Amino acid sequence: MKESIIPALPYNPRSFAEPIPGAPALEALNISAGYPSAGSPALRGVSLRVPVGARVALVGPNGAGKSTLLKAAAGLLPVEGGELRIFGQPIGVCQPRVAYLPQRSEIDWRFPINVHRLVLTGRYVHLGWLKRPGAHDHHLVKQVLIQLGLEHLAGRQIGQLSGGQQQRALLARALAQEADLLLLDEPLNAVDAETRAIVTEVLAGLKQQGKTAVVATHDLGRLETDFDGALYISEGREVSPPPGAFVGLPVGQELAWTG
Amino acid sequence: MDWLIDPLQYAFMRSGLLAALLVGLTCASLGVYVVLRHMAFIGDALAHTVLPGLVVAYLNRWNLFGGAVVAGVLTALGIGWLSRRQEVREDTAIGILFTGMFALGILLISTVRSFRDLSHILFGDILGVTATDLGLIAGVAVLVLLILALFHKELELTSFDPTHAQVIGLRPDTIRYGLLVLLALTVVVGIQAVGVVLTNALLITPAATASLLTNRLPRMMVIATVVAMISGLVGLYASYYFSVSSGAAIVLTCTACFGLAWLGRTLAQRVDR
Repeated sequence: MKESIIPALPYNPRSFAEPIPGAPALEALNISAGYPSAGSPALRGVSLRVPVGARVALVGPNGAGKSTLLKAAAGLLPVEGGELRIFGQPIGVCQPRVAYLPQRSEIDWRFPINVHRLVLTGRYVHLGWLKRPGAHDHHLVKQVLIQLGLEHLAGRQIGQLSGGQQQRALLARALAQEADLLLLDEPLNAVDAETRAIVTEVLAGLKQQGKTAVVATHDLGRLETDFDGALYISEGREVSPPPGAFVGLPVGQELAWTG
Repeated sequence: MDWLIDPLQYAFMRSGLLAALLVGLTCASLGVYVVLRHMAFIGDALAHTVLPGLVVAYLNRWNLFGGAVVAGVLTALGIGWLSRRQEVREDTAIGILFTGMFALGILLISTVRSFRDLSHILFGDILGVTATDLGLIAGVAVLVLLILALFHKELELTSFDPTHAQVIGLRPDTIRYGLLVLLALTVVVGIQAVGVVLTNALLITPAATASLLTNRLPRMMVIATVVAMISGLVGLYASYYFSVSSGAAIVLTCTACFGLAWLGRTLAQRVDR
């Protein structure tokens, strides 16, 4: 393959900014965000600072605004007020460094594509237009499939996986992207014990590599083992943690005036 | 074998056959995306909306193909634009544009008494393709296949996971507009073979047949293409030997293939249990 003759044509030419040294991986100052069609924003005045290398949980009931925060950070929803920065840069200019794991319902699981190719789409941000995935990309995909215990399912159509396996396939894609910040929306929602254990392992592995993870969850069970800090959200605002709940390193509201 | 070769001594049969194969190839390969992206209604709408373009071109003695392409592309962009504002749902926007344009076409036709080509437009006239038509059909076939090949990974990704596409800076809307324009070109080509009313069948029936038989995208495209090309062949010979409408014969062969695939799949599932 003469892939080198194809010029680099990124999907978003302005998306290759360098991180600002010393800046937090994700920083939100008093932000409001939500679906433009909805009346009031789903997220109102939330602040957050996630240092590089930390694993932070966003905890709250369904509809609390956890997904909205992650979607805003992924550039899927406009920020209506306040400031949201990734590695010190505005949203959308560090795209290759940011991986987003959507909720399972965002994907058409009946589409004729197999697990290997689904995970391969994690490499597309580095390829851009016209370039085909090369040997390095396929090798990476195989590695993450092994890491997530999916290698024997690589050729399966994605709709034939169990819920937990689908969740792992999406996590595999996020890892295949080799991003520095991972935004994971409910990776532990309704999954089996095996998947849960693998996700814990993956989060620990990311920590070792110095990568940052922000994870939405409504599971209070394993916060202390899986995370370095937690932010509690309800009805679009930060709330105080339930008595005795895990807090870890400070990530929330107090930053709005100290930081 | 004489019955296969005999008809080919006529130039109109040779060009008709070539046209049927090329149209089948184009419609079926793009049709796979039409089916997978749930755009069957749009395909049908685009086929109908080119009618005023064809009539205006005919009245002014312009190239019919050009008139149809302009009308098709304008509708494609109109649908995208109307539904993007989200004040009207997309299926409603399509319904409004498609019936309005079709009515405009009929209105224009009714102003001309001597409009003889109407049935050709409505039901196709594959045995009447000229050398120019054939060139245009071949051109569209090459363009469609080239774009499907070059943008395969983007088309695939935006079809099953538009969210991820957006996160990595690949705008699903860009791909969608491109696909709509490509669809407009393909529909105009399909009209040559089976007419306004039946073009949608060439887009979706072979693709739907293939989707019953495999769950791999490349294989789906190959099967759909084979089904469409065989249907073109069978339809053309049926029309030669039994003097039936070639467009209807082509579409019915597609439908029969779908029926067979459905039956085969149902039987296979029975055996599995």
